Amino acid sequence: MATVSLTPAKKAARSTVALKALMAVTGLIMLGYLIAHMYGNLKVFSGRASFDNYAHHLRDIGEPVLPHTGLLWIIRVVLLVSVILHAYAAIALWRRARVARGGTKRYVSPKARRGVQRSYASFTMRWGGVIIALFVIYHLLHLTANVIAPGGAAGSPYQRVVNGFQIWWVVLSYTIAMIAVGLHLRHGTWSALTTLGANTSAAARRRINALAYVVAAVITIGFLLPPFGILLGLVK
Amino acid sequence: MNITLRVWRQPNAETEGRMVTYGVENVSEHMSFLEMLDVLNERLTLEGDDPIAFDHDCREGICGQCGVVIDGQPHGPLQTTTCQLHMRSFADGAVIDVEPWRAEPFPVIKDLVVDRGAFDRIIQAGGYISVPTGSAPDAHATPVPKTDADMAFDAATCIACGACVAACPNGSAMLFTAAKVTHLNLLPQGQPERYSRVAGMVAQHDEEGFGGCTNIGECTAVCPKGIPFETISFLNRDLLGSLIKGNR
Amino acid sequence: MTEDNVVVDSIDADSVYVEGDPVMDTKAPGGPIEQRWDKRRFSARLVNPANRRKLSVIMIGTGLAGASAAATLGEAGYSVKTFCYQDTPRRAHSIAAQGGINAAKNYRNDGDSIYRLFYDTVKGGDFRARESNVYRLAQISVEIIDQCVAQGVPFAREYGGLLDNRSFGGVQVSRTFYARGQTGQQLLIGAYQALERQIAAKTVEMHTRHEMLELILVDGRARGVVVRDMVTGEIETHFADAVVLASGGYSNVFFLSTNAMGCNVTATWRAHRKGAYFANPCFTQIHPTCIPVTGDYQSKLTLMSESLRNDGRMWVPKRGEDKRDPRDIPEEDRDYFLERMYPSFGNLVPRDIASRAVKKVCDEGRGVGPSGLGVYLDFADAIKRLGKRAVEAKYGNLFDMYAQITGENPYETPMRIYPAVHYTMGGAWVDYDLESNIPGLYVTGEANFSDHGANRLGASALMQGLADGYFILPNTINDYLADGPFDKVDASHPAAVEAVEAVKSRIDKFLTTNGTRTVDSFHKELGHIMWEYCGMERSEEGLRKAISLIRDLKRAFWADVKVLGTNEELNQALERAGRVADFFELGELMCIDALHRRESCGGHFRAESQTPDGEALRNDDEFAYVAAWEFAGDNAKPILHKEPLVYEYIELKQRSYK
Repeated sequence: MATVSLTPAKKAARSTVALKALMAVTGLIMLGYLIAHMYGNLKVFSGRASFDNYAHHLRDIGEPVLPHTGLLWIIRVVLLVSVILHAYAAIALWRRARVARGGTKRYVSPKARRGVQRSYASFTMRWGGVIIALFVIYHLLHLTANVIAPGGAAGSPYQRVVNGFQIWWVVLSYTIAMIAVGLHLRHGTWSALTTLGANTSAAARRRINALAYVVAAVITIGFLLPPFGILLGLVK
Repeated sequence: MNITLRVWRQPNAETEGRMVTYGVENVSEHMSFLEMLDVLNERLTLEGDDPIAFDHDCREGICGQCGVVIDGQPHGPLQTTTCQLHMRSFADGAVIDVEPWRAEPFPVIKDLVVDRGAFDRIIQAGGYISVPTGSAPDAHATPVPKTDADMAFDAATCIACGACVAACPNGSAMLFTAAKVTHLNLLPQGQPERYSRVAGMVAQHDEEGFGGCTNIGECTAVCPKGIPFETISFLNRDLLGSLIKGNR
Repeated sequence: MTEDNVVVDSIDADSVYVEGDPVMDTKAPGGPIEQRWDKRRFSARLVNPANRRKLSVIMIGTGLAGASAAATLGEAGYSVKTFCYQDTPRRAHSIAAQGGINAAKNYRNDGDSIYRLFYDTVKGGDFRARESNVYRLAQISVEIIDQCVAQGVPFAREYGGLLDNRSFGGVQVSRTFYARGQTGQQLLIGAYQALERQIAAKTVEMHTRHEMLELILVDGRARGVVVRDMVTGEIETHFADAVVLASGGYSNVFFLSTNAMGCNVTATWRAHRKGAYFANPCFTQIHPTCIPVTGDYQSKLTLMSESLRNDGRMWVPKRGEDKRDPRDIPEEDRDYFLERMYPSFGNLVPRDIASRAVKKVCDEGRGVGPSGLGVYLDFADAIKRLGKRAVEAKYGNLFDMYAQITGENPYETPMRIYPAVHYTMGGAWVDYDLESNIPGLYVTGEANFSDHGANRLGASALMQGLADGYFILPNTINDYLADGPFDKVDASHPAAVEAVEAVKSRIDKFLTTNGTRTVDSFHKELGHIMWEYCGMERSEEGLRKAISLIRDLKRAFWADVKVLGTNEELNQALERAGRVADFFELGELMCIDALHRRESCGGHFRAESQTPDGEALRNDDEFAYVAAWEFAGDNAKPILHKEPLVYEYIELKQRSYK
């Protein structure tokens, strides 16, 4: 990974720890976005006008300092860069780890394959990340770009959401994705904060883990409320 | 008690290894795991079979030389060193799998013996305080808050056995590296080299081919000395500090 | 292999050795004792820093004494090559020392001083150590603590941030610095880190998994070693201007001891066979507080730190037939034997005295546990007085260790303990400079016959190892190296060729004997003989018997040992075979030494020489000397050289801890 001529400080800047910090920061940026996104989604319960108004308003936040849709584009760019860096770091670390652990067939013994104490969520980070990435593409094509339109295309964002989530398999696909997000956040939040140095004691560890559970639960449930609300006919 | 052992046998680094099954009879529950292997080796020798090579030395859990993966867990079912594991931890008739530490930077030398020289090189990259003999001030010149001294001590108890690497799904030696960084960087004596130390050691850790830490904690769950998990966060903080300060 | 020229009946002290000329320590300066070390440092010739790089030193062993010396010599600019049999220098058995390290800091203001540490050590050693050496050790003790603290050794501290102290056996002041129950580990890691720093700086070249098998002498000087690469089996030669042995003690001659499995005498024994005197081999320390033996499969004994005696009380039932659960035995039926026998020191008497007291009560049939070889070490009172938490804070890791090994909870039931071989005060003879009688061969740490006399006080081994390594050797070896660099030697030198051949033929002999018994079975049998006849109590008759048994067993070993495999691989049985072969020869010399020393002193207790109440009775008129043994050949009687011990400062007295 590092070339021979680098000083230790430069190697340290390219080290696994630095990569992990990059993952942590980009992950937390995306988490921040998810919280805002979830807040917006919940407006679907306030009715079409409120939701569409909110969706529209996103485009003119910051005006007149920023041009129309300026902030949105800034957010989009930051997110895109975050996603790319997050994925880059993930792939680099995954490849390193695969070699370091001594191949995929590590221990012959079939016992203790699940490890000693590790959480289920920690197993899901890598394939969970891939699922989430695929889902995000599908999601953008569906609700942002209006390319895929299960239940019928519509000009109104509210209508697009309602059209889509009246179909059970659309809700199912979102549910699976949100569970993947929840698991990813369960370990990811904990791991990001630890990587950034917050795991300072056993008590801190308990607090960070509790926080990670709360974040994962809030995000998962928060995102699933609108689809289920629509599917169950609470939102029309 | 009688047990069945499935042991990794590998004549040398170049030859492929495999699991070989041995029965061991009349095992006393008071025997240590290594004493049970001694008994088996005595028998193998008399039968003309090559005895199983395994690393061990002090047999009191402090030197860190012993260590095998027992039933998929480094040092076996208890959180202790292999030499301190006793047969009372196993049931009569148990089938026990015994394998060497597995990690790319720990090549197998023979059977259950691996080369952990990478650890020494990580220490060489900064795991010390530069104080030439004779140049020290009086021991009481610098008081150290007890809490710092205690935390430094907790980290300093690492015995470099390598179980953390053997348990880590990423083959990371972050707990080993972090233990030393925490020990030295917490003490006032370690401050002048604080950031160059962490940068040097992390760089060497990666250079050796260890993987990155994903904060899963398997290392601390098998560590026979209970090196605290927070040492890794401590290392992370200091490494980020060194990047911000732009040392060297 | 050995052709005996003595039959069993005639084995007595005079027929197994011959006496040679006295040996003198020519380097120790005279004058006031507190100035001697300064005088010697001043008279020792120096080496110009620019010339040091051209001078090379070989260091065998990287424990406290070896790592600290190698690091210090490396810092000074010499070219150092170090060798250890472990996979990294950090595993040397110094790591297992639990209790602490003494230093005459007088931080407690309890009347301690360099002079008192000197006095305690000479007295504790039962007046068989050199005054000059011990005084220097006490002086240097102060610097050691400074050095280690600066290196980041996390000694125990108090809330004010200053260092904590505790007291240890044989003394009445608190001068022991400690890092929980892992002081040896922390000090060794400090030295190890200093060594690794020099390895990184390329002043030291480290060879792990290498074992020294022969010393190479050229023109009477120690100039190199033959080592075996324990991974590939390659027999290598290495040369230097001086050779230092820091290879530890030889307790494993007893098979069961508190030493690591790999500890061995081979380095010093090979040097002995090449002419280095071996001093006081029978002075071995039996540590009173170890976990008792449970079965014949047992491979080692585990020490419980002496510090436990600060709060633990040793007792046995008053009547041997009292087999009740210890918790059910009322106070009036218990015999707190140390407190009864030694009211002023109580449970804190020196190790040799405590061990013998334990043996005595067990011999009376009052021992406890399945084997009857054990006494209780009870913390019930301490827990009542201080609370469980305080006891846990002080001794938690020791209690855990005990529970791990025995499966019993020492917070609930008293520990059972029994003495075990722990340390060897004897070793290669060295002068004040730590140089053996072979020019250019230095010996440090436990490997030399050291400063402890006939018994070592607790927390003094770490002090001596580090004093030798950090401060003494680096200030004396320059006097020898000032004459260097010596003529270049390489593997083609006849002395090297011969040494390599000797090593190879020995290995070949092990591998081709193909007998019927394993190396360990011989080692265990040797250990039984040594423990039985050359252990806590020795007698004329027993020692004679032991010598003859050892000779028979040695013959059987060379004719019937079974070592499989080849040299060109990691072959752990082959490694052990070489070590055990040397233990036979050492064991015999230990018995000869014990036989010739017809007095009791420190750890050497001759049944024939005791006071009316069973205490060790010295004979200063005849035995106030160091016994330095010269190897005279495989079948020849060893030659005894006496170095008289002169006491100018401390009056020779019968030790009393009553």
